[in-house]
Amino acid sequence: MPPEPLSFAAAFAPALLDPLRAAPTVVTGPNGRTAGKRYDVYRNNVTVSLIDALAAIYPAVQRITGADFFRAMARFHVRENPPTSPLLFEYGRGFPDFVARYEHAQTMPWLADVARLERAWLDAYHARDAAPLAPAQLAAIGPERLADLVFTPHPAAQIVRSDFSAGTIFAANRDGASVNRIDASTPEDALITRPGFDVIVQHLPPGGAVFAICLTEGRPLGEAAASALDASSDFDIAANIAGLIGAGAFTSIAFGDA
Amino acid sequence: MITATKPAAVPVVPLRFSLPIGGVAGTSFKHEHLAAILAAGPQRGFFEVHAENYMGAGGPPHRALEAIRRDHPLSLHGVCMSIGGPQPLDKAHLARFRSLVARYQPAMVSEHLAWSTHETSFFNDLLPLPYTEATLRHVCDHIDQMQEVIRRPILLENPSTYLAFTGTTISETDFIRSVAERTGCGLLLDVNNVFVSATNHGFSALDYLADFPLSRIGEIHLAGHDEQADDDGEPLLIDSHDGPVADAVWKLFEIVVQRRGPVPTLIEWDSKIPDWPVLQAEAAAAQAILDRCGTAAAAEDRHAA
Repeated sequence: MPPEPLSFAAAFAPALLDPLRAAPTVVTGPNGRTAGKRYDVYRNNVTVSLIDALAAIYPAVQRITGADFFRAMARFHVRENPPTSPLLFEYGRGFPDFVARYEHAQTMPWLADVARLERAWLDAYHARDAAPLAPAQLAAIGPERLADLVFTPHPAAQIVRSDFSAGTIFAANRDGASVNRIDASTPEDALITRPGFDVIVQHLPPGGAVFAICLTEGRPLGEAAASALDASSDFDIAANIAGLIGAGAFTSIAFGDA
Repeated sequence: MITATKPAAVPVVPLRFSLPIGGVAGTSFKHEHLAAILAAGPQRGFFEVHAENYMGAGGPPHRALEAIRRDHPLSLHGVCMSIGGPQPLDKAHLARFRSLVARYQPAMVSEHLAWSTHETSFFNDLLPLPYTEATLRHVCDHIDQMQEVIRRPILLENPSTYLAFTGTTISETDFIRSVAERTGCGLLLDVNNVFVSATNHGFSALDYLADFPLSRIGEIHLAGHDEQADDDGEPLLIDSHDGPVADAVWKLFEIVVQRRGPVPTLIEWDSKIPDWPVLQAEAAAAQAILDRCGTAAAAEDRHAA
């Protein structure tokens, strides 16, 4: 605890996100008038601005649920988990798990995965700039050495797996167009990259997510391909490696045994 | 000795204008206006950004800021340093701030007389503090630290407040003057904040300006506010930054420019963002006052000499 003259923040802060707590007694309106509604301005600023921050990070979730539903859900999360960093684009990492637990969202079991995609999209947006691996670099490797190749993932590259059609739902709700009925029951894996200016979200083919995850974890190409074939017998290694490189998922290659 | 991590090796955007930038009007920079601004080409004025929005590692935000900064002076406005709070400043945040200053070479750097973090929670609002000898020493220590890390003086902005602390023993203008004298920092006078606080606390905005150390002002902010009511039905003005500058604030601005002479002046507009021409027109209105009253103030100076 700071010394008494500096304890004002400890007195002022606790009721900001707790509507059941009374306004602090260390503050006042002019001429000794009550500070009730005046303190409420700060409460409102804090709560509304943090809900707005979540709405900016999760626009598709808000579009799906409607603003009233979203803001009620976000208010619970803001009160339980206020940000711990002044960088608001880092906020809300716990929100997808919160959505998965949220009582009133249980009829939308795919909603948390849509939120995970939106969080990954924002991380890709702010990720460190890096030039993606040029396809010619891979073409220069002799076929006998390909199995030992390891890949350095691009800072923006991420994989989000879903038991639902999260990628299709995400894409339909991130642009302004009207959304037709979507069958949510098809499992979809998404690859998120930012090879240049724009963040790209693509569906991965069967086995593609296992393959991409293995490679981004630094496992050699041969091992990654074997794992992908285990996951899906019609896994196409040539198409998948070309797709990942084309999307800007990697920055460089090296030999694992080097 | 204050330690900060070495700034990452990033391209430094070179200066193409002389410092200080003088009595020009600028606007908040919002990404939705980027295309309109670039299409118009280099223009008189400056752009101000919230520093925290550019503390990501890379991506489109830095590309947009580089594009704007290439041809225009930049004002880097911090909103999260929590200078007025009792706990130590966040060293990682200081290091990020230093990197941004080194990379973008802003014409102006500013922060707030307020706090926003307590223990581990960041409240995303500019919260008030009592004005006492203890908080004065503390605020001065924090500004010393920030100026040492970023290696240049900052401008400290007067707050808009809705309530007062019973423990306050120093007036806001005396507090701010003492901070400037002890730390060597300059001041950012937010005229809308003066008007909002004067209404909310029942003091005279003109008296406040008469007590304010005008010679320390390095930048002025103008913004719109919203009106609500307190528990007794008295007007309670909210510093909302979501509309045009009020007539009363324009009048106070003219008075300040007549007394102080022209200084960089920002139209601050952060929510319900209008189309670029609307924001540009507000800046043009500020520029007209700076040009008219600034010339008069300069003539008065010559006359006095």
